[in-house]
Amino acid sequence: MTMQVTDGGRAQPTPVPVQADGGSNLPAIYQRLGRDALRDALKKMHLIRLFEEGAEKAYMRGLIHGTMHLSIGQEASAVGTCMPLSDADYITSTHRGHGHCIAKGADVGRMFAEFFGKETGYCHGRGGSMHIADVAKGNLGANGIVGGGIPIAVGAALSAKRRKTTQVVVSFFGDGANNEGAFHEALNMASVWKLPVVFVCENNRYGMSTSTERSTAVANVADRAVAYAMPGVIVDGNDFAAVAQASFDAVDRARRGEGPTLIESKTYRIRGHSRSDRNRYRTKEEIEEWRGRDPIVAFEKELLDLGLLTRDESEAVRAEAEREIEAAINFAAESPAPPLKDLTRFVYSN
Amino acid sequence: MDAAVRELSYAQAIQEAMAIAMEADENVILMGEDIGVYGGAFQVTGDLVHRFGEDRVMDTPISELGGAGVAVGAALTGLKPIFEFQFSDFATLAMEQIVNQAAKIRYMLGGEVSVPLVMRFPAGSGTGAAAQHSQSLEAWLAHVPGLKVVQPSTPYDVKGLLLAAIADPDPVMIFEHKLLYKMKGPVPEGSYTVPIGKAEIRRQGSHVTIVATAIMVHRALEAAIELAKDGIEAEVIDLRSLRPMDTGTIIESVKKTGKLICVYEGVKTLGIGAEISAAIAESEAFDYLDAPILRLGGAECPIPYNPDLEKTAVPQVDTILAAARSLLAGRL
Ligand SMILES: Cc1ncc(C[n+]2csc(CCOP(=O)(O)OP(=O)(O)O)c2C)c(N)n1
Ligand SMILES: [Mg+2]
Repeated sequence: MTMQVTDGGRAQPTPVPVQADGGSNLPAIYQRLGRDALRDALKKMHLIRLFEEGAEKAYMRGLIHGTMHLSIGQEASAVGTCMPLSDADYITSTHRGHGHCIAKGADVGRMFAEFFGKETGYCHGRGGSMHIADVAKGNLGANGIVGGGIPIAVGAALSAKRRKTTQVVVSFFGDGANNEGAFHEALNMASVWKLPVVFVCENNRYGMSTSTERSTAVANVADRAVAYAMPGVIVDGNDFAAVAQASFDAVDRARRGEGPTLIESKTYRIRGHSRSDRNRYRTKEEIEEWRGRDPIVAFEKELLDLGLLTRDESEAVRAEAEREIEAAINFAAESPAPPLKDLTRFVYSN
Repeated sequence: MDAAVRELSYAQAIQEAMAIAMEADENVILMGEDIGVYGGAFQVTGDLVHRFGEDRVMDTPISELGGAGVAVGAALTGLKPIFEFQFSDFATLAMEQIVNQAAKIRYMLGGEVSVPLVMRFPAGSGTGAAAQHSQSLEAWLAHVPGLKVVQPSTPYDVKGLLLAAIADPDPVMIFEHKLLYKMKGPVPEGSYTVPIGKAEIRRQGSHVTIVATAIMVHRALEAAIELAKDGIEAEVIDLRSLRPMDTGTIIESVKKTGKLICVYEGVKTLGIGAEISAAIAESEAFDYLDAPILRLGGAECPIPYNPDLEKTAVPQVDTILAAARSLLAGRL
């Protein structure tokens, strides 16, 4: 069967429905993506999970300074959303941004190097986990300020429009960020100016300890799209196909010049907010329930059931991700630290 | 009269001050992000929500500008809010309400109202939280007439200054260095205040005056012990309050020592050190100076993530030692 690799959303959906090996009809989004892209997506999801677990272990062994926010459980949301994007497209990310960074194509070695504060890291050891960026791949950066990236994404979209490119910007943020003024101001401007930006709220039910019920007046963050005259779409953020479909729809619309979309990707963070969370605001049962909805397990099973992946291939994909992570940690550990004399380097351009 | 004195951490001392004020006056309320069941990002509010309920220990949404504005409005109309910023860096999101509203309302309204508001700011570097969670922005707020700004360095002082702040009819901003939260020290039970606008001499000395703020007070004291081994007696002044600033205590000290070093964590230039130096240059202590004034402050860059760079970015004990030794070389 013929399969195509995603080329930044500019490809048209395959006109003739492609049959899976088993003969059943594939979901439209899988036809559009093709087998290679789907396997690549699965690998990225594994990479994110293994990266987070590796970072957690390194933190506990004292190799990582500061704090970190893990996105375990949110892998389908990050990877699915980035499927329609090419390196020319931009994202803005959040404090919980490791997954976005990997989904947008980052090298895990340079990411670990950043976490270890090394000169070879994406930010030359100056930024760390909370400021990780990969500009060459279009990732304008994680952000330590909740909601800080949303207006920046609108600015990037304004720039893309004025420069007459077909670039699209995706702005990731959490449910907590939707109560910041920056969110409201940014959505309004994006809509008034019909900018090519997609707002992706990863609603993992809590901003730190505060549930959306206690922080947010509307039942769904997507309901707020009405106030800014843009489509508001709710997806199951743990369902890769649903996320990817919603993202393609929104990105296509943005590329056509029809303006922004607000996607609410409903998901869950399995780990605590950060290293200091004692999980007092939620129950073990709730966490266990969501563990049972592991997006990677579900996606892998789906690919196997659809005949898009064999057991051997699935093992191989995982093994490859494991090897990459191991090599990445070694690269980071062996990399040099920035020299102290360079403390004030990068403050100004010259 | 003699209240029992226990060892409390800086964070516990803050919590105790808030609890005392809340017991005494039901108009005192706490507002902030994750200060309820979570206990606050630095566990300062701890279990207060269980004692005073969610109506008085209010989790706000992540809305610093709106939250600060709500606190200003509540303060204007009979409540006494204590507003916790999760990190002092997020004051930047609320600057409008702090600077344009809280600081100026009383003046603009010709003294018809007051804003009895307390804001608490966990500040400073040393935790690996990088550029947007490690700043020392106290001088920004100290530049605004209408605000009072304090920087307590000990558990005793933070309790007393917080109680003074709550009793104060005007907005008081308290900068709490994050590295101090776990530091322990003697704290009397019950209510007492430490006056806003009063510096404290932490160590007497005749050779050099070191004026320091927050965590730098402890570094300066450590340096002073080392200096004493070389026969250098440093006088260490804990500034405690930036606005109003107790320049009198500094002037008197400099008249005695003839030498001044200012140590603070905010960016070195255009900050606290400049203000102190100018106060000396404008005072009678100028004639007593027998060495240039030295400022030791934060480097001219954002706080970096790498731990060694991070340490290099702000004064450490060794920085103070080296500066004092070079200042005093040949001048004792
Ligand atoms: C302006 C600002 N306020 C508060 C914080 C502290 N903080 C960091 S993450 C966070 C929770 C964010 O929740 P959400 O947007 O839902 O993202 P999640 O952590 O759930 O991914 C808070 C309160 C911050 N970094 N920036
Ligand atoms: Mg959230």
